[in-house]
Amino acid sequence: MITVENLTKRYGIATVVDAVSMAIPRNAISVIVGTSGSGKSTLLRMINRLVEPSSGRVLIDGADTRSEPAHLLRRRIGYVIQGHGLFPHRTVAENIATVPRLLGWEDARIRARVEELLQVFQLDPAKYADAFPHQLSGGQQQRVGVARALAAEPAVLLMDEPFGALDPIIRAKAQEDLLDIQRRFGTTIVLVTHDMDEAFRLGSHVAVMSVGKLLQFDRPAALLRHPADDFVARMTGASDRAMKLLSLMTAGEAALPGVCDGPTVAASASLRDVLSELLWSGRGAAMVMGEDGIARGHLTVAAILERARP
Amino acid sequence: MTSNAITLSVTRLRAYRIDALGAVLVAAGAAALLFLPFVLFKANRIVPGEPRALTELLPLWGNFACGATLALAALIAVGVGDARVRLAAALGGLVVVALAAAAAANALTPAGNRVVRVAAGPAFWVLLVVLGLMATDALTRLRPRPAMRVLYLALTLVVSVLVLAHGTFDNLSVMREYAVNAGRFMPEVRRHLWLALGSLGAAVIVALPLGIVCYRVPKLRPGVLGTLNVVQTIPAIALFGILMAPLGALAAAAPWVSALGIHGIGAAPAAVALFLYSLLPIVANTVAGLKRVSRSAVEAAHGMGMTEWQVLTQVELPLALPVILTGIRVVLVQNIGMVTVAALIGGGGLGTFVFQGIGQTAIDLVLLGAIPIVVMAFSAALLLDALVETLDRTKA
Repeated sequence: MITVENLTKRYGIATVVDAVSMAIPRNAISVIVGTSGSGKSTLLRMINRLVEPSSGRVLIDGADTRSEPAHLLRRRIGYVIQGHGLFPHRTVAENIATVPRLLGWEDARIRARVEELLQVFQLDPAKYADAFPHQLSGGQQQRVGVARALAAEPAVLLMDEPFGALDPIIRAKAQEDLLDIQRRFGTTIVLVTHDMDEAFRLGSHVAVMSVGKLLQFDRPAALLRHPADDFVARMTGASDRAMKLLSLMTAGEAALPGVCDGPTVAASASLRDVLSELLWSGRGAAMVMGEDGIARGHLTVAAILERARP
Repeated sequence: MTSNAITLSVTRLRAYRIDALGAVLVAAGAAALLFLPFVLFKANRIVPGEPRALTELLPLWGNFACGATLALAALIAVGVGDARVRLAAALGGLVVVALAAAAAANALTPAGNRVVRVAAGPAFWVLLVVLGLMATDALTRLRPRPAMRVLYLALTLVVSVLVLAHGTFDNLSVMREYAVNAGRFMPEVRRHLWLALGSLGAAVIVALPLGIVCYRVPKLRPGVLGTLNVVQTIPAIALFGILMAPLGALAAAAPWVSALGIHGIGAAPAAVALFLYSLLPIVANTVAGLKRVSRSAVEAAHGMGMTEWQVLTQVELPLALPVILTGIRVVLVQNIGMVTVAALIGGGGLGTFVFQGIGQTAIDLVLLGAIPIVVMAFSAALLLDALVETLDRTKA
């Protein structure tokens, strides 16, 4: 768990981050959203002390981050930035091996870890290990950037607009991959973005920031149902919040017992997608089927609409 | 004419395309052969030469072989696109021109006569430049890898030295001057290189950290670069003069300084001046190279837990190295040329021959100093270009 206590950053007379306190849960993705200039990146960079706070403190698993030299702290925390920041003069394998080398791992262990990560990120080691970053596509570069950040098995991963430079299709794939990676390694991830849709897709918790202040930090559904103020309501998109709410819930979670005569939808599909499917096909109800092929129950249009209320 | 016919004739013209560079080179070479003397005969080393045409000096078969090779090279230069063929033709032409000059010198020199001089004439030099340009152009089109370029250079140098050592050209006037100065030649070459490389080495040791500091502290930049810019504008001779007084005073005041060989004239002021001239290109290129390093790579390096020193040595300097080396290349070539002037204040080096030659109006002695300087500067440029290209892995 990362505990942020009263964290403040001032540059001259400007207060960029203003007394932010939050408890970032372990083994989950927390997303910080805000407009540009909201202080979200500064807040993130104070966690690994790329920016030193003016006051307040950060605790990781109870230990103050200032209890060790900043560069040693950072070696335990993964860090991914927009535009990947790969070293252009080093191969993919050398890039990924950066932090393990700083930590003095043995060569054999580094090689094994690099190979494992390339496999996890669907990059054939034989083809890509010795390639240089400029020889990769944008999506591949971004994946290498994340692999490099995870190389030394950090418990915490900080990501600053990691998908900002990707086109929409590659971004969607990168977001899927990140969810898989988080489930696989159980990493605690803090991600900064200005894109509310991305925040809702990825975050188990979402923090909304504006002009240096943390307005609300809660589960996405709670942000939609009970926005703390007008700004949060506007950020989360008041006009389509019913649909956003539906997109946060899966068919499996909302399924009612019993059977019906209708199309079959996957239990993992969002209620928003199921509703869209029913509207499109003109049917009133659908069967919900798990990945194992066992029926989980059924869903009616009325039942789905009931879920779209505050 | 119908449009079809026009298209057809344009296509045909393209098929018989004439190489523009080749045409210019051939025109220059032919004009030189027709209107300029190939060799100059001098009764002794300081009188002006009398022109001699090649045709009267070579045997019939020699004239024929020479003419045929140059004509073939000319045809290839104008009409053949294949770079390998062009390179072979240019090299063949160079060999023939060199051998013709040697043969002409042998024909004009009475056996055992050590007074007459046979110098290569304007036509020889024009042909040398023309064929040399044709060869470099062909090499550029072949795009050899850096290692191959260094190999070509090494081969050329080794073959040239072997041919010169063999004595083929001993009757040419430059080699006559070499024979007279043989004992002094290699020491002056070594001194020349030592002055050029030594001042470069000292400049790198000072300029690299200075460049890094200037990059890190932008406030220092205008002052440091401005001062070095002013140094750069002082003419070499003036700088020698300026340095003479303080170095002379230093040597007079402290005997141990004088014992180290530091005096108001000689190698010391030359080395100091070259060192000062070397600073600006290296400092400026270090700053430019570091500026060019990707901000996001540096931020990522910090974010992953590199120390300041590690960021500098593992990320910033390696990425700036090609630009820094380009600055060092400029300095090295500049120094090899500038050391020549050091001879004026007793600094030694190949400039000694150049200025002695000028003093004695013995142009061959000037060439004995100048030709090795050109060869060294050219080799240094080629070597460092190859190094820059090899190290720039980001553009591999």
